[in-house]
Amino acid sequence: MSDGRLSVFKTYKLYVGGKFPRSESGRVYEVTDPKGKWLANVPLSSRKDARDAVVAARKAFGGWSGATAYNRGQILYRIAEMLEGRKDQFVREVAQSEGLSKSKAADVVDAAIDRWVWYAGWTDKIAQVVGGANPVAGPFFNLSTPEPTGVVTVVAPQESSFLGLVSVVAPVIAAGNTVVVVASERAPLPALSLGEVLATSDLPGGVVNVLSGRTGEIAAPLAAHQDVNGIDLTGADEVLAKELEVAAADNLKRVFRPQAVDFSADPGTHRLTAFLETKTVWHPTGSLGASGSAY
Amino acid sequence: MASVFEYAPAPESRSIVDIAPSYGLFIDGEFSEAADGKVFKTVSPSSEEVLAEVARAGAEDVDRAVKAARKAFGKWSALPGAERAKYLFRIARIIQERSRELAVLETLDNGKPIKETRDADLPLVAAHFFYYAGWADKLDHAGYGAAPRPLGVAGQVIPWNFPLLMLAWKIAPALATGNTVVLKPAETTPLSALFFADICRQAGLPNGVVNILPGYGDTGAALVEHPDVNKVAFTGSTAVGKAIARQVAGTKKKVTLELGGKGANIVFDDAPIDQAVEGIVNGIFFNQGQVCCAGSRLLVQESIQDELLDSLKRRLSTLRLGDPLDKNTDIGAINSEEQLSRITTLVEAGEAEGAERWSPACELPASGYWFAPTLFTNVTQAHTIARDEIFGPVLSVLTFRTPDEAVAKANNSQYGLSAGIWTEKGSRILAVANKLRAGVVWANTFNKFDPTSPFGGYKESGFGREGGRHGLEAYLDV
Amino acid sequence: MPTTAPAFADVTASDSTLRRFLHGLPGVDAVGLEGRAASLGTRSIKTTAKAYAIDLAISMIDLTTLEGADTPGKVRALAAKAVNPDPTDRTTPTTAAVCVYPDMVATAKEALKGSEVKVASVATAFPAGRAALPVKIADVRDAIAAGADEIDMVIDRGAFLAGDYMKVYEEIRAVKEASGSARLKVIFETGELSTYDNIRRASWLGMIAGADFIKTSTGKVAVNATPANTLLMLQAVRDFKEQTGVQVGVKPAGGIRTSKDAIKFLVLVNETAGEDWLDSHWFRFGASSLLNDLLMQRQKLATGRYSGPDYVTVD
Repeated sequence: MSDGRLSVFKTYKLYVGGKFPRSESGRVYEVTDPKGKWLANVPLSSRKDARDAVVAARKAFGGWSGATAYNRGQILYRIAEMLEGRKDQFVREVAQSEGLSKSKAADVVDAAIDRWVWYAGWTDKIAQVVGGANPVAGPFFNLSTPEPTGVVTVVAPQESSFLGLVSVVAPVIAAGNTVVVVASERAPLPALSLGEVLATSDLPGGVVNVLSGRTGEIAAPLAAHQDVNGIDLTGADEVLAKELEVAAADNLKRVFRPQAVDFSADPGTHRLTAFLETKTVWHPTGSLGASGSAY
Repeated sequence: MASVFEYAPAPESRSIVDIAPSYGLFIDGEFSEAADGKVFKTVSPSSEEVLAEVARAGAEDVDRAVKAARKAFGKWSALPGAERAKYLFRIARIIQERSRELAVLETLDNGKPIKETRDADLPLVAAHFFYYAGWADKLDHAGYGAAPRPLGVAGQVIPWNFPLLMLAWKIAPALATGNTVVLKPAETTPLSALFFADICRQAGLPNGVVNILPGYGDTGAALVEHPDVNKVAFTGSTAVGKAIARQVAGTKKKVTLELGGKGANIVFDDAPIDQAVEGIVNGIFFNQGQVCCAGSRLLVQESIQDELLDSLKRRLSTLRLGDPLDKNTDIGAINSEEQLSRITTLVEAGEAEGAERWSPACELPASGYWFAPTLFTNVTQAHTIARDEIFGPVLSVLTFRTPDEAVAKANNSQYGLSAGIWTEKGSRILAVANKLRAGVVWANTFNKFDPTSPFGGYKESGFGREGGRHGLEAYLDV
Repeated sequence: MPTTAPAFADVTASDSTLRRFLHGLPGVDAVGLEGRAASLGTRSIKTTAKAYAIDLAISMIDLTTLEGADTPGKVRALAAKAVNPDPTDRTTPTTAAVCVYPDMVATAKEALKGSEVKVASVATAFPAGRAALPVKIADVRDAIAAGADEIDMVIDRGAFLAGDYMKVYEEIRAVKEASGSARLKVIFETGELSTYDNIRRASWLGMIAGADFIKTSTGKVAVNATPANTLLMLQAVRDFKEQTGVQVGVKPAGGIRTSKDAIKFLVLVNETAGEDWLDSHWFRFGASSLLNDLLMQRQKLATGRYSGPDYVTVD
């Protein structure tokens, strides 16, 4: 930084439908580092922002779920590439947001980038691992295939503002879902910046939508929303998680309950499969010739 | 109308089954009365004859059963998988041995034709136990990691439409994975589950591994709520499914729900017509349409509507409705007075909303609960009968013009359990199947089931899968 | 030439219109068809219904001998059996016909004189059908001249499988003309046509060409009548009648040996084409050993005891 030059602050905005709107409410709230030092004003999303995000996610669902698994993998890998190039920015934001040293923050960002690579490779394998042909007792070819659940709300972890965030969002979109993510309330900056990376990674607008604000305030309408198909409660505390799960029952959303998690550990596949449906299709195989002929 | 070739009655012998005048709860390997001494009567829906008096479990009994299951869990889950497998194989074999008896019993208590209990329900019940028996010592290889652990005590609530088959779908995977079970059969069809208790005894199954609690909704609610239940499995209405989802919110209980449906059976203009007609009939009249995955919405391409409906009506005229024990009966009784009145109400709504009602000439027996096979034409997506699950022998016929429109209409439902596709064009099957938001899609067939084939819904038809390797997950701590 | 039903004049206008029509018929899903046939096979036909079905089945038999070793003596014995299937019970119905090679027609005709039993003759270079049309026509004329009431012709499966539908059509028409007033049964040899789609096409081709009956097989190949191919042909005659008003009969032949099987076929007739076909004028069984099994079942129903092969005649 050259002497005396006044730096340019970033205006943090939401990421919805591939665009960067402010909250329709016009509200912002102050985000600080763990010691209370002001970092930025960020949008305080309203229920209407949540609604708009769902509309965007629904609109994106057909294209994203219908894209080839290979294509989804390429795009997830592209996200890793883009992040690699903007690593410094994320290291700074993570260090500030989580109160980590530069080197610890760098480890976290590296792990987050690697997590995109991990899930990029999963897009075209999960169907082979969890789907397959079922040997039914009859003249039928019977195939089970995983399909994305639809629009999923993700309540991102409150503490792990970036690695945690990536760890909960990446598997959901890798599986072909679209996401409305409620960023960590206290540390939303890496999430909002991630939107900028996603926007330049060939990820279609609306596949991931990032909202910042009061977790309870945004998550409640999303949990009750009839056009949301699933909800990951990872970032909700016990009381909120129960409330949201109750609301989610109205249209029988798939619910991923909060659980103790070490985001630095091998993520496994359970977050990938949490928002997959199994579709089983039966096809008659018939006989080559009229009944009884020998083939 | 008397036909030239009048089939003489061919009733299956009722004497093969010996129904006791009363039955208790099956807890910890013993039959006992309910703590509060309450009982209820189960009747044969085809005649309204009282078949038996059955103990009605209350909260205290639920607690006792859960404790028995908990007590049994330690040893049962610690058994080598191969030993658990052998108990399940024994059960499968005893079911095969007693299948005629059980088929007659099921037909008496449920009202469905003996043809179905004999040729569909019972073979599938035995097959299901046989299939999951084989998994018990192979769980390491099921794709859920090494040595996946059972959950503990499973509370299972099943419906009346396939009483013994739904029991098999619940109990077989639960036991194979090392869980113990408290199961509540439906209040209108408790008998086959109680006979199953006897099969467990014949198989030498350790006490407390399977507990059967007949009762009503309050029994089921008490079971779901019980704090020492680790797993809830429910098959039934979407309304109750939602209530369960709310009840277990904030707990660690794992839940699977298999709920309602409004399956679309899509017939394209290049369909194999004769087989499509059979598939439509099987789709909506199998088990009197009291099937969650019934093809209750017929979506027919407008260009062949008349031809298809003529064939369908002609075919419906050959359906034989009557004594469920007669081996030639195609359509049996509706399961209960309550269900009959629900069907009647929805059918009246269909008429009131302007849909055109048609039924073949069909004489209904004087006693029992009966409803003639019915189809409605001039139905649109806006009609109640195109949206609400009727759970009866009532088909709503809608039309479409293009594959896109067919898919849009098929998916335009809160449910997502089943769908059918009829076309001779292979690529169209794959394209349409891919777009349908339904857990089970039958292409050029309908209502086929197999223990190896995962079953379950999208959207408000529930979550989790029963059957196949997928069905293990519901009972494992993974 | 006999006239084609006017509804189909445009269909038979050319090779290509005929092909388009036949290939435009709805497809057949094999699993669904066989499943339906199997499910109808589970009907339980007891007591009075069984008695009715057994007598009906007997009355529908084309009692057949089609062997190189056929002799006048063998044919006369068969004819006697057709007229009087059960010597111990004169209430037993006669069979519908006896079915023989053309050179045995005169013998059969003589033996059946004074009875209602018809003489059916296979013709057209049965069973392979591999001869020039004039030879086939001569074969038919021979049978007609000897007094055949019915002609069971085979189609040219080679031409059918080669896609030369017009050739098959014209042959049937030529044979129909040569048959005069005799009823014409057209044998497809379904086992050689191999697919259900082909059987449906052949059924329509035969009916359009003027067949009075469509018949599954010669009994000389590995796969003959099955419940599924007969069900499919019953659907075809049902649809044809609906469309044209013309009723065509169906004859499964070969492989039907037991009463149980025969009754299953009658259930197929009853529940597919309907009761209009429950008559020997519209449905036949091409069979020989079936008759004795029906007779034993009939005796069982009458006496309550199971019968044995010594109580029916071996002819």
